[in-house]
Amino acid sequence: MEKRAVFRSSWLPLALVTPQLIITFVFFVWPASQALYQSVLLEDPFGLKSQFVWFDNFTALFRNRDYLESFNRTAVFSLLVAGFAMGLALLLAVMADRIIKGATGYKTMLVWPYAVAPAVAGALWVFMFNPRIGIVAYVMHSIGYDWNHQIRGQDAFALITIAAVWKQISYNFVFFLAGLQAIPRSLIEAAAIDGAGPAKRFWTIVFPLLSPTTFFLLVVNIVYAFFDTFGIVHATTSGGPAKATEILVYKVFNDGFIGLDLGASAAQSVILMFIVIVLTVVQFRYIERKVSY
Amino acid sequence: MVERRPLATFLAHLVLILGIVVVAFPIWVTFVASTHHAKDIMTAPIPLWPGTQLIENYRTLLFDGLINPIAGGVPLWRMMTNSFIMAMIIALGKIFVSFIAAFAIVYFRFPFRMAVFWIIFMTLMLPVEVRIVPTFKVVADLGLLNSYAGLTIPLIASATATFLFRQFFLTVPDELAEAARIDGAGPVKFMKDILLPLSRTNLAALFVIMFTFGWNQYLWPLLMTTDRQYLTVVMGIQRMINVADTDPQWPLVMAAVILAMLPPVAVVLLMQRWFIKGLVETEK
Repeated sequence: MEKRAVFRSSWLPLALVTPQLIITFVFFVWPASQALYQSVLLEDPFGLKSQFVWFDNFTALFRNRDYLESFNRTAVFSLLVAGFAMGLALLLAVMADRIIKGATGYKTMLVWPYAVAPAVAGALWVFMFNPRIGIVAYVMHSIGYDWNHQIRGQDAFALITIAAVWKQISYNFVFFLAGLQAIPRSLIEAAAIDGAGPAKRFWTIVFPLLSPTTFFLLVVNIVYAFFDTFGIVHATTSGGPAKATEILVYKVFNDGFIGLDLGASAAQSVILMFIVIVLTVVQFRYIERKVSY
Repeated sequence: MVERRPLATFLAHLVLILGIVVVAFPIWVTFVASTHHAKDIMTAPIPLWPGTQLIENYRTLLFDGLINPIAGGVPLWRMMTNSFIMAMIIALGKIFVSFIAAFAIVYFRFPFRMAVFWIIFMTLMLPVEVRIVPTFKVVADLGLLNSYAGLTIPLIASATATFLFRQFFLTVPDELAEAARIDGAGPVKFMKDILLPLSRTNLAALFVIMFTFGWNQYLWPLLMTTDRQYLTVVMGIQRMINVADTDPQWPLVMAAVILAMLPPVAVVLLMQRWFIKGLVETEK
């Protein structure tokens, strides 16, 4: 779509886009190109010498068991987060869509966790699950499960998953509810007249019509689980115990800033960049086409 | 709904109430913990009803800060101020920079217009997390570490805001621009006096989202600031929890959690209508 009425000036438009472009170049494009460049170099820890090594950093990464495990862990983590956060949000949205009286109140009570920072969400849950004083850990101890995320890796993994899901439900809820409310009432009424019950209506009409929203949210949730959960991990478990919660983003940070292994960190950055690019392209292509029935 | 099913409606209410309880329960526990004396939060089970230390705890935290080696001595009001300054600069900066860029892209024809558009689009694909080390280096070379400029400027470029404004400008009738031009208004006057007032709802929606985004920044301030003076409240909490060898001072930490959530949650709830509109539209 283009405008018919345009203004004429040779310098003004350039002046107007300059701030955005300068920031983009200096803080986005240039660092990204540096990451690409460093990913093919081998640098000694003091930064004195560097050597061009082609894809050695990448092959080394894919031979590194720690990295592969982290990759695997991140994949499981993002699927769990996306699955639970979307499933619960869909359930709540379907229920909220049914209700006429008090719907706004419910909505208000469900949207606010969106505003809570991931690190703060982590702090909330780490307190709930604190092995000595946490209320949830207390309940678990009393039913016989000796919860301790400071020692047991699987508990720590469950902790960050719960915190990540808790924070993301509200976002998904907003989108599912908007999607549900966009479905024409006449379709559902017609199905009801034809004798389809609520469950059948949901699976044969509502759910398929909601698929663009669902797909969009799937991509957004995976991106969220990959990148935005850094705060949760860093504030609660710091990747431990014994790397049980070291997701990819945490590893890049850890290798680059704490371990000072620049080549490996840059190679990991490039892989993550690739993942984001693929996800963004998929999302935009798909949304442009829009699923239709 | 299409049919009356009292049982199903009851079930819907029940599920929603359960959902709200699960979502809100951690906040309740946190709030309760922040109103007790530290010695009451030492052994399980911890109390589930507010105690008497509410004012005392919040006062200590806000004006004295915690006594511990890494986050110690920084009163929370200082961290809250830093977070507020950071969030405001990021939100307003993003809106301003995107608004003028979108205006140029929609209302002018200039060389490399599409190239500019695609470069802005690229920022979507390069979150801070994938370029941590080199971005840090750029900011360090520019001498922006430990400054508000370093905390905010690198986050001000925003593809989503630019796209939202672009979409909106494309729906503004062409006649408005033509009429403005016939009446002798130049592009800047048109932008300021016609486009800006028309964009009010979009501005509000973006403000809510960008303020929350800015306030909740974590990784970036973590890299950027080593000076305690620039601690933001979200980072401060991490330092309060991860203390070596002793227990965190839970009541004060939990009070910090409550205070850290308050501003963005308040903004989202007070501006709920615009927030939901903004959220759904920026992602289109």
